[in-house]
Amino acid sequence: MSQKQDEENPAEETGEEKQDTQEKEGILPERAEEAKLKAKYPSLGQKPGGSDFLMKRLQKGVSIISYLLLLESKGILGMKSIEQKYFDSGDYNMAKAKMKNKQLPSTGPDKNLVTGDHIPTPQDLPQRKSSLVTSKLAG
Amino acid sequence: VAGAGGGGCPAGGNDFQWCFSQVKGAIDEDVAEADIISTVEFNYSGDLLATGDKGGRVVIFQREQENKSRPHSRGEYNVYSTFQSHEPEFDYLKSLEIEEKINKIRWLPQQNAAHFLLSTNDKTIKLWKISERDKRAEGYNLKDEDGRLRDPFRVTALRVPILKPMDLMVEASPRRIFANAHTYHINSISVNSDHETYLSADDLRINLWHLEITDRSFNIVDIKPANMEELTEVITAAEFHPHQCNVLVYSSSKGTVRLCDMRSSALCDRHSKFFEEPEDPSSRSFFSEIISSISDVKFSHSGRYMMTRDYLSVKVWDLNMESRPVETHQVHEYLRSKLCSLYENDCIFDKFECCWNGSDSAIMTGSYNNFFRMFDRNARRDVTLEASRENSKPRASLKPRKVCTGGKRKKDEISVDSLDFNKKILHTAWHPLENIIAVAATNNLYIFQDKIN
Repeated sequence: MSQKQDEENPAEETGEEKQDTQEKEGILPERAEEAKLKAKYPSLGQKPGGSDFLMKRLQKGVSIISYLLLLESKGILGMKSIEQKYFDSGDYNMAKAKMKNKQLPSTGPDKNLVTGDHIPTPQDLPQRKSSLVTSKLAG
Repeated sequence: VAGAGGGGCPAGGNDFQWCFSQVKGAIDEDVAEADIISTVEFNYSGDLLATGDKGGRVVIFQREQENKSRPHSRGEYNVYSTFQSHEPEFDYLKSLEIEEKINKIRWLPQQNAAHFLLSTNDKTIKLWKISERDKRAEGYNLKDEDGRLRDPFRVTALRVPILKPMDLMVEASPRRIFANAHTYHINSISVNSDHETYLSADDLRINLWHLEITDRSFNIVDIKPANMEELTEVITAAEFHPHQCNVLVYSSSKGTVRLCDMRSSALCDRHSKFFEEPEDPSSRSFFSEIISSISDVKFSHSGRYMMTRDYLSVKVWDLNMESRPVETHQVHEYLRSKLCSLYENDCIFDKFECCWNGSDSAIMTGSYNNFFRMFDRNARRDVTLEASRENSKPRASLKPRKVCTGGKRKKDEISVDSLDFNKKILHTAWHPLENIIAVAATNNLYIFQDKIN
């Protein structure tokens, strides 16, 4: 039973071996890839982890408007990694007004999306998925 | 050693000879999002195989009994039952769409003629009962054969209803609905070895349920920081120990696994064991943390080991040793030099699952281009196989595939740049006793069997 414990065979870790070879060549493949990414997106923050990144992950499924507001408050719109601090609510509203004039990233505003002028009713919301069909695996 | 009973594993070495058995699903190029398979799971006997899809539907296949008149259909899986488990919902309070996608299915051990399984989407877990009905009562006194009520005053004689056989009908009914216990998205469910409780885990919390009680759930792990700005990691998977009902593990996005013992305290925020492989600081890059994120954790059937899947490798850990894994198997190391594009197309966030065979001598996990990888732990051999309609002649042997990383490409090899990253095998399952595997390739389910079987 204790055999397995002794068998932490480095030969298993072929990945590390390859890495060593590449290290000898002077470039770690991961570092080369990182350089490529930073060349494309110079404003990318140091660490991909951290609360901003994870918060985005946690809020999968959130509506577009509240997601953009979150990004805004974190100062991420425009790929800024510095958090913006506001003097007061007036300052915040001024900044928000400026932001709305900038181009919004990727998904444009949905025509059906209600932005808060009135209380939404189920009819106003984006079309739900149509009637459910039997799986093709069962067909 | 738990797992293979009798004739499960081939004698001598584990020289698998995988052959195509069946493929389920449509052939058309245009795959509807709803048809994408999101989970695959054999039950405890291996006679039933359940799949869940993005459309919230569950399809259960049953293995055919041996039939002398149709020998070629021995061991084939055919549709047993299908039902709509979850439907799309909208949380009006938070303006959140709740997907109907089935994230996980877990079977309960069979205790009577009916079969029970748990299925979950992002927010709600349901206990389904699947039962057979092959008899019908006839000869009621107060109803006609077509169900119309008889006038009781016209009944002049009494008769005893008799049971008559009928065509087999398989019914699925939701017996329990466990809702409103998760703020974040459920990624795992796991039935406890006590067969009475189960856990459900989301990004930040793990809850303990009793199978009979739907209005109460105990929170046993909570890693939500007081200030969300301090959030550094999330829970990615969780599982109960197969034999010790007080032990559970959960993995994180930082590549660590924590083992908790529910006997030590009601809230298991303090782990009993902490599994983390030391990282070489000189090799750290922007991608290090992302690719170390564990997408799946599975105990071995024996309960002595556990396996973790991160983006590029599968690691086997001895529960008695927290400092490093006892085995590391590279799944697709050639992707390390493609991390930039994989980050851009979001593939780096794909969550691959992994599984053990019944005797814990082999492990399997998926990759891209409809490739999947199998590692024979005893023979120290690994193989890359492909789930493809081109290899779908009955009982055709699967040919090992090879990816070439650079320079000269040999015949039959495929270059890294030709891999189709849209063809991902995220979900695979291994029959608990025999060498039969189920591989989900987008909207198709492939079943392969070992020739020696």
